[in-house]
Amino acid sequence: MTQLALVIDLNVCVGCHACVTSCKEWNTSGTAGYLADMNPFSKDPTGTFFNRVQTFEVGTYPNTETVHFPKSCLHCEDPPCVPVCPTGASYKRESDGIVLVDSDKCIGCSYCSWACPYGARELDQDRKVMTKCTLCVDRIYDESLPEKERKPACVNACPTNARLFGDVSDPDSEVSIAIRDQGGYQLMPEWGTQPANHYLPRRKTRITIHEDELIRVDNPLRKERMLPMPDAGDPTLDETTSW
Amino acid sequence: MHPAISVIFLTTLIGAGQGLYLALYTGQFYSAFNVLPGQDPARFYALGSVIALLLLVAGLASSFLHLGRPERAWRSAAMWRTSWLSREVIALPACMAAVAAWGLIHYSGWNPLLFTLSEAFDIDLSMLVGAIGTLLCFALFLCTGMIYACIKQLQEWATPLTVINYIMFGGASGFMLATAFAAWQGSGLVDFYGGWAIVMTVIAFVTRLASLVRNARLKHKSTLQSAIGIRHARIEQKAQGAMAGSFNTREYFHGASPRKYRFVKWVFLVLVFPLPLLLLSAGLAVQSFGLLLAAFVVQYVGLLAERWFFFAQANHPQNLYYQTV
Repeated sequence: MTQLALVIDLNVCVGCHACVTSCKEWNTSGTAGYLADMNPFSKDPTGTFFNRVQTFEVGTYPNTETVHFPKSCLHCEDPPCVPVCPTGASYKRESDGIVLVDSDKCIGCSYCSWACPYGARELDQDRKVMTKCTLCVDRIYDESLPEKERKPACVNACPTNARLFGDVSDPDSEVSIAIRDQGGYQLMPEWGTQPANHYLPRRKTRITIHEDELIRVDNPLRKERMLPMPDAGDPTLDETTSW
Repeated sequence: MHPAISVIFLTTLIGAGQGLYLALYTGQFYSAFNVLPGQDPARFYALGSVIALLLLVAGLASSFLHLGRPERAWRSAAMWRTSWLSREVIALPACMAAVAAWGLIHYSGWNPLLFTLSEAFDIDLSMLVGAIGTLLCFALFLCTGMIYACIKQLQEWATPLTVINYIMFGGASGFMLATAFAAWQGSGLVDFYGGWAIVMTVIAFVTRLASLVRNARLKHKSTLQSAIGIRHARIEQKAQGAMAGSFNTREYFHGASPRKYRFVKWVFLVLVFPLPLLLLSAGLAVQSFGLLLAAFVVQYVGLLAERWFFFAQANHPQNLYYQTV
């Protein structure tokens, strides 16, 4: 079994939206049809995006952190959007676990978008069919592309390598190792959807230093004295003894 | 959720159509036991089934307006094994066919005796087709309710009360209409239908109140913490990735002010329950067709508000990602 997925490192994402624009560019010129782009240069521009970067502030000033949060279809292992589709347009591929919409079968009833807890699906206003992240299925198997480019457009575009792409069912893949070693987690686990996409948390490099590591201790060879210990300011054995 | 006008009309219209058909068949069923007087097949049962059919057709037509690609609607019967929506797509035309067949049998008078159960209980063709129609009506109620009740993260809907309310509202409005219809036809069933309309409206009031109380106490399972996976009591959204709205901001938010939201709740609580009951009781007392019809119309308008509120009240967890522009 293969389950392709993205692993997004929130520790690295700088919120530049390069993944958003590269996604839109690739998919609007893709084989599945263009993505709506309404009023792009006037009031209330709107349109279809498979991927969006949101920004959250965690904590209270001055102890705040800005978290940029890229959000796209998570390609759940148990996708709630698939069984509710009345036409079978929404499906999960056996071969690689990608959740797709057959835009020739979709009737645009939006029911699958109600069943998705993450709001990962968008009804295209022009084509009137449901659309979603395809994990660039028309890219990753394209043998006319150099092998290192056979990745989703967002992964290729990310300037900080915050996005990893691979098979999360293979324990030795880059993505599985990253999830395992760096605390990868899933969104909204309470719905049992088992998202294939994982997020890597913010990580701080900290070392813990105890007080006795900062203060010079007595010669360990010296016989232990009775408690209480002398004050920290008292001369040490080194200073009072000529060895 | 954003209340879609097409779905509001779909669910209220077919509910009333199913209820009216159930009322008509109940009348026939009781008359088979000589509990109630039999009615003229062509004038009462056939004409009544035409009205029920018109309501079902109007509901079906309204549902097409909900689709982005209505020309492909025929495909939606495919996934009946997993999808309640697909099951509804099958149950609705099946129900319509049964109602039409039942009406046609009464209209044509071609109603052969099939067999006799015990003594003096004859099963003719119309009884059999009517029973099938009744089962299909309940199957349709179940499908309609389960479309909403099966989505577990829409916690306001994910309760058996959703299905019960669809059945009770459909039954109440259908029997309300049947009362007016019986009065118009000068039939002796006015008090029978009127009585049941009162009973069902009262039961619907209890079950709807139960769901309102349940939803008021609901604790949502998803939080901003579980949505982005960061454990901190204070997380505030600063950007949602688009400035001027998207499908996510249009489909999942009702967009009404808190005042309008509360107003609609009180509108439906008044228009669906006490006011129609008052009009119905007055209409039954003076045997006035006008008052009985007014009772149905008022309740139907109230049900439109009820359905709007039903959708608006459902809070989708994806809204956590769209708190601020």
